[in-house]
Amino acid sequence: MLIRKLGYSVLTASILLLSGCEGGVLDPKGQVGIDEKYLIVVATVLMLLVVIPVIGMTLYFAWRYREGREHEIYDPKWAHSTKIEVVVWLIPIVIIAILGTLTWYSTQELDPYKPLDHEHKPITIQVVSLNWKWLFIYPEQGIATINEVVFPKDVPVEFKITSDTTMNSFFIPQLGSQIYSMEGMTTRLNLIANEAGEFDGISANYSGAGFTGMKFKAIAKNSELEFEQWVSAVKHSPAKLGDQSYAQLAKPSENNPVNYYGSVDSQLFQHIVMQFMGNMNSHDMYEDHQEHSAQMHMQAED
Amino acid sequence: MSLLGNLSLDAIPYHEPIIMVTLAVIGVIGLAVVGLITKYQKWGVLWHNWLTSVDHKRLGIMYIILALIMLIRGFSDAIMMRTQLALATNGAQGYLPPEHYDQIFTAHGIIMIIFMAMPFMIGLMNIVLPLQIGARDVAFPFMNNLSFWLAAAGAVLINISLGLGEFAKTGWLAYPPLSEMSFSPGVGVDYYIWALQISGIGTLLTGVNFLATVFKMRAPGMKLMQMPIFTWACTWANILIVASFPILTAVLGLLTLDRYLDFHFFTNDGGGNAMMYINLFWAWGHPEVYILVLPAFGIFSEVISTFTGKRLFGYTSMVWASGAISILGFVVWLHHFFTMGSSADVNAFFGVMTMIIAIPTGVKLFNWLFTMYRGRLRITVPVLWTLGFMVTFSIGGMTGVLLAVPGADYVLHNSLFLVAHFHNTIIGGAVFGYMAGFAFWFPKATGFHLNERLGKYSFWCWQIGFYVAFMPLYVLGFLGMTRRLNHTNNPDWNIWLYIAAVGALIIFVGIILQFVQLYVSIRDREQNPDVDGDPWNGHTLEWSTASPPQFYNFAVLPKVHDIDAFTDMKEKGIEYQAPDEYMPIHMPRNTAAGMQIAGAAGIVGFALIWHIWWLAIVGTLGMVVALIARCYAKDVDYYVEPQEVAEIERAHLASVATVKEEAL
Repeated sequence: MLIRKLGYSVLTASILLLSGCEGGVLDPKGQVGIDEKYLIVVATVLMLLVVIPVIGMTLYFAWRYREGREHEIYDPKWAHSTKIEVVVWLIPIVIIAILGTLTWYSTQELDPYKPLDHEHKPITIQVVSLNWKWLFIYPEQGIATINEVVFPKDVPVEFKITSDTTMNSFFIPQLGSQIYSMEGMTTRLNLIANEAGEFDGISANYSGAGFTGMKFKAIAKNSELEFEQWVSAVKHSPAKLGDQSYAQLAKPSENNPVNYYGSVDSQLFQHIVMQFMGNMNSHDMYEDHQEHSAQMHMQAED
Repeated sequence: MSLLGNLSLDAIPYHEPIIMVTLAVIGVIGLAVVGLITKYQKWGVLWHNWLTSVDHKRLGIMYIILALIMLIRGFSDAIMMRTQLALATNGAQGYLPPEHYDQIFTAHGIIMIIFMAMPFMIGLMNIVLPLQIGARDVAFPFMNNLSFWLAAAGAVLINISLGLGEFAKTGWLAYPPLSEMSFSPGVGVDYYIWALQISGIGTLLTGVNFLATVFKMRAPGMKLMQMPIFTWACTWANILIVASFPILTAVLGLLTLDRYLDFHFFTNDGGGNAMMYINLFWAWGHPEVYILVLPAFGIFSEVISTFTGKRLFGYTSMVWASGAISILGFVVWLHHFFTMGSSADVNAFFGVMTMIIAIPTGVKLFNWLFTMYRGRLRITVPVLWTLGFMVTFSIGGMTGVLLAVPGADYVLHNSLFLVAHFHNTIIGGAVFGYMAGFAFWFPKATGFHLNERLGKYSFWCWQIGFYVAFMPLYVLGFLGMTRRLNHTNNPDWNIWLYIAAVGALIIFVGIILQFVQLYVSIRDREQNPDVDGDPWNGHTLEWSTASPPQFYNFAVLPKVHDIDAFTDMKEKGIEYQAPDEYMPIHMPRNTAAGMQIAGAAGIVGFALIWHIWWLAIVGTLGMVVALIARCYAKDVDYYVEPQEVAEIERAHLASVATVKEEAL
């Protein structure tokens, strides 16, 4: 009895407190996160349809058929009932069939690689995880930032993500999905903010000693105009990010402050991705990659 | 290169007061144990009856002792992590810098899974499985001893890392490239590799051994579909061990080549691909969780059917549900990394496959429910653990299915929600099961009862502590807190971190009570003997033997006609019959070869960790020589004469008869 009471009180307390809390994945500020929150709620309710009766029956049966209740039927050889067996296989099958269908379609829908269905053309931001900070490169604007990423609200953002060190996971909890950053590879993530604000961004995959300090701020500006103003402010920053300054930046450092680069080598992201290829067929792979990104670019133009 | 490779006095962490105090305490306890053994002149007993024993029951007890020791170590890590996170809020740094903290969470994971849960499970299987199928021992008794010592050698290595060098700072998965030389140049990952590799080979041998045992050594008349349900659950787990542990061996081997010989399987450069490691690791790692939990399911089935005084509901369903879980367990590994960028179809496939596992698991829960239905449930300690499991595991299973929805996992992956989920299933499933099994079979293994009252106190501390410690982690996951953070700076999180620390303390009290229970029970063993060997009115053959069972288990191999073989005998009134005559019993002799081979393997591991090449060669030679010597050993078995058997059995049956008379 105590278990159940405790379990439920904790559960209800958490739900009450959670709805009041700000931040986190149950307080989404963008369409992707909102869809994912809805998915979590629907799936949980569906499963509770089985879980609550099972917990209830466990405690009820244990209480009802406990020792000393001689008036209850005692049937020590009863161990099979086709009817019950059919039912106990069917109930989970039905729930899982519903949940499985939901999973199949929601996974297609929420594919992090899928461009968001939105009238506005997405802006592209390249993301590089370094030990232990985040580098954001804006190829269209020709600027770069450390530990701060800014974009206008209601505009889809396409992140292209790689790592110049160990594996990390690029995650802004209030906007939705995360994706790994891996060296020598480009992963992609499409997000949108539907409200202006400043959101926490983290690495969600442990990457060594400075991991805890590997945080950034994601700032959704109220309008594209405000975003443009921010871009031109950054452009006034005298720092330039080229091969040499990048080499300096890539050295391990912890708890880095926000930093702006007024200009950036347009090929920097490609170089970071391709650097590990050495001389192993690098030419072919580079060509493939160019072709691939060209295709992606055309898609984006569409 | 010096004679000691990379090893020098600098490897001892003098500057870490926590470690030095721990080492001092371990040293004092170790000396006290050595002193007591010497004082009571028990070295001979220890050597002849235990360390060199090939008796599955004694090996089982040694496995469980190993598990309990490692539980203390792993739980100390847990308490340190929880207190660190409770102290290091609002930007405070706490008392554990990342250098130390990162080793702690890595060690906690490896110790709890590989050196606590696995030995506990294998220990229970050792004690019970041969008895349940009416066998005199396992198929390969010497190999069983070797398996134990390989596990122990791995455990010794991981404990040496505490005082000599460091342990891995990678998380228990040791994902490359972080675990490669370029990012982890210290000895930590090498300790990880060799501790895991050596004990993993021991586990693989155990799997082979017990599969051969159930397929070749069942009592006359026992068909496969009449094996006790715990034996079936272990058999599925052993199939998983045999199929999945070679993957672990291989993937660790590849990482070893990367680190020692500059290969590039998983490195950033040279064409390496870390994703391959992650896939291979989980191709072992996911079946591994079923290896842990299936035997626990078997224990719950035995406990429920025994204490309701009823046959298990839906035996056939149970067997095939376990089989389905085992097979499906191999096609779900990708759900550990939905966020790696696989296509939607791939993610959706693995998500749906994962959910399908909930079907046979759900069936099991219903079958336990209907076993209670129209029974007479005695609320004993094993039953409390089982009921606690059924409630707790339902919640853990639900959050697991939620994580299997890729769209949900995209925001919950690697969060404290995940941490809460797998503790919910591993503690609420596997550990509760082992605790139930421990209390259930303790009288069988030792011949006396555990103190019931302390057992109940301990259960309630674990049960309440579990909810207080882990429900807040679900909340923190929703609040966006990821795992393996060293300190936090978010006022919304604080309260949950404090509650979780309190929960860990409640579990701590539960663990202390278990050790107190063990102490009190051993102290009062004369007052609480299990004379007839059947304390719970059991269904299966292990209860037909003496407690503890004779070293040959069964004087005459039982003939089996029913799933509940012993209940069947009791109903026919033939349970304690002496045969007309006894036959000689063929038994294996004790041997030190297992200790020698595993000891040499441990030395090789240590030498490779510290790059002491000559010692690695000497150790390898030692292993080979000990193995060859064992292969050519002639005096490996003997016969117990019928006269001796008759005397032992006469004494046992006489004491059983006394108990029966008293009962009348």
